[in-house]
Amino acid sequence: MYNFKEVMSRPERLAGGHRMCAGCGGTITVRAVLRALHPEDKAVIANATGCLEVSTFIYPYVAWKDSYIHNAFENAGATLSGVEAAYNVLKRKGKVDNTYKFIAFGGDGGTYDIGFQSLSGAMERNHDLVYVCYDNGAYMNTGIQRSSATPHFADTTTTPVGSESNGKMQNRKDLAEIIASHHIPYVGQTTFIGNFKDLHEKAEKAIYTPGAAFLNVMAPCPRGWRYPTEDIMEICKLGVETCYWPLFEVIDGKWVLNYKPKNKLPVEDFLRPQGRFKHLFKKGNEDLIEQFQKEVDERWEQLLRFCEE
Amino acid sequence: MAIRERLSGNEAIANAMRQINPDVMAAFPITPSTEIPQYFSTFVANGRVDTEFVPVESEHSAMSACVGSEAAGARTLTATSSCGLALMWEELYIAASCRLPIALACVNRALSGPININCDHSDSMGARDAGWIQIYAENNQEAYDNFVQAYRIAEHKDVRLPIMICQDGFITSHSVENISLLEDDEVKNFVGEYNPEAYLLNDNASYAVGPYDNPTHYIEHKRQQTQAMINAKQVILDVAKEFKELSGREYGLFEEYKLDDAEIALVIIGSAAGTSKDAVDKLRAEGVKAGLLKLRVFRPFPAEEIAEALKNVKALAIMDRADSFSSQGGPLGAEVTGALYRAGAAVKTVNYVYGLGGRDVKVENILEVFDALKEIEKTGCVGESFRYLSVRE
Repeated sequence: MYNFKEVMSRPERLAGGHRMCAGCGGTITVRAVLRALHPEDKAVIANATGCLEVSTFIYPYVAWKDSYIHNAFENAGATLSGVEAAYNVLKRKGKVDNTYKFIAFGGDGGTYDIGFQSLSGAMERNHDLVYVCYDNGAYMNTGIQRSSATPHFADTTTTPVGSESNGKMQNRKDLAEIIASHHIPYVGQTTFIGNFKDLHEKAEKAIYTPGAAFLNVMAPCPRGWRYPTEDIMEICKLGVETCYWPLFEVIDGKWVLNYKPKNKLPVEDFLRPQGRFKHLFKKGNEDLIEQFQKEVDERWEQLLRFCEE
Repeated sequence: MAIRERLSGNEAIANAMRQINPDVMAAFPITPSTEIPQYFSTFVANGRVDTEFVPVESEHSAMSACVGSEAAGARTLTATSSCGLALMWEELYIAASCRLPIALACVNRALSGPININCDHSDSMGARDAGWIQIYAENNQEAYDNFVQAYRIAEHKDVRLPIMICQDGFITSHSVENISLLEDDEVKNFVGEYNPEAYLLNDNASYAVGPYDNPTHYIEHKRQQTQAMINAKQVILDVAKEFKELSGREYGLFEEYKLDDAEIALVIIGSAAGTSKDAVDKLRAEGVKAGLLKLRVFRPFPAEEIAEALKNVKALAIMDRADSFSSQGGPLGAEVTGALYRAGAAVKTVNYVYGLGGRDVKVENILEVFDALKEIEKTGCVGESFRYLSVRE
């Protein structure tokens, strides 16, 4: 049973004083995932290069209370594979007593794109680790460039809206589905909803399911998405209620839908508050929103089929 | 008791690895080093080692996993060649800057392109500034002996740097030679237990690896790294001395072959040193004062010692099995010439690039080089200081 008060009163494993922006979805993801660690367990955290890394481990200060390794941008999966392999052998040899859990954090750049191969390898080898993608839909650390997680038509600094362009011309890659196709024990997709029960429970399952696990967390970036920082919970809720970002799990190959809105909202409700989609609401661009809606609908229908809903 | 065997260079390295019994090996196959993880996987499959073998999906991930594993506190190794080493390039620097004593068996092969599977030194020479110790072998015995010594050097508290043990692709990696192996226990005792001071899986303290460094700290970290490389020279010699007591085989920073009174000489790395010794012997039989310096340790670069050994040579050919495309020659040429200049040694030097992409190096090719040196000695005129050997122009 999820006990909000107990979970929220667990000691923070990411100390304050780091340099992440106020209201950053990445930091919220990290704190929520780490709260799912049983307090008696230790962890080794791996981190792809990105905002999170350069803001939490600026020599000689470190915000992480657990052991932590940053290697490079594209290899958190492989790096943590090595750590987990080391644990297996050192545990066997009696050189490590504690129980360690292994959690990698990467943004969508380090996960969907440059780190994709390394992630796929780590998942296929089924190391006992969790890879958490905090998906904010662009390369935010380098200044809001498009990624394969960037939604259609988003205005980014490498897909700028202009007289000949309506923003990103391509659709978003569906990474959770791709990772599910690795037939690993656990895949979850979530975001910040209500009392964080969904994220907490998925993180706990991901951490405590033996073998490889993957969590995809929609983690809005107020700078990149251009909405007022304090609206993050509302933005996430709209992502879920419009079925842009469905909540689901794939447990040992079985797809499970965690939430089905009673009244599926039109996707423009999710797009309207975000500055990166402002151009879609100009007169004459109604068809762009229609295209976006069509894509959301198709993916939602496919998910319902996967989940046998 | 030494064990007399007949092994290829790759088998010899794999056997050294088995005797070391490391904690983790992460590797990806690439010719001609592929056999090393193959043999090692067999040792794992048959319970002959306690190692976790991580069959990664690329060399970049191999070195990434090695960084994770070594940082976690596990003695870690890998093997690669050519493009595999090139794909690791970013990670080589990170391994060195994190001060992780990973051992890498490098089986030297030409870099693409054009793609070519045969020996030259362009792969490891391309990694020469990555911060790794580099030790080269002339034959299978040396490759084995160097690997047995690797961790004692890399893990030394004054060093703590990754180490690359190099041998020539196919020429030694696939040629079966007589070899003398140490007993398993002898290697085990010589290498010893790995007990790092700080590591991720330390039960008693958390540890963080791989910070963002501002300009307030980055250069100090690099200065410490270079100090470790400076310190490595003495440690390599100390370990070699201990190894001699164990094995009877003597190693230094380089080998001097008939160099004492030599007037013309070569500096060379790797298997072609054997061929060159044959050429030296032929010339000595004719009364020509020829000699050779075979470099074993390229990183750290033993500049003072090289200059001291070569200062009385009149004409010197520096043999590079890699071109640096500076238009001035290869990396060894630049560094040996620099060493001589710094030491004020007035040696006339010519830099040859030879044997690229597995081009055969024969005794008569080396004799051509010595002929050129005789000419330089006689005329006092170097002429073209950068030449390609045995090439169709």
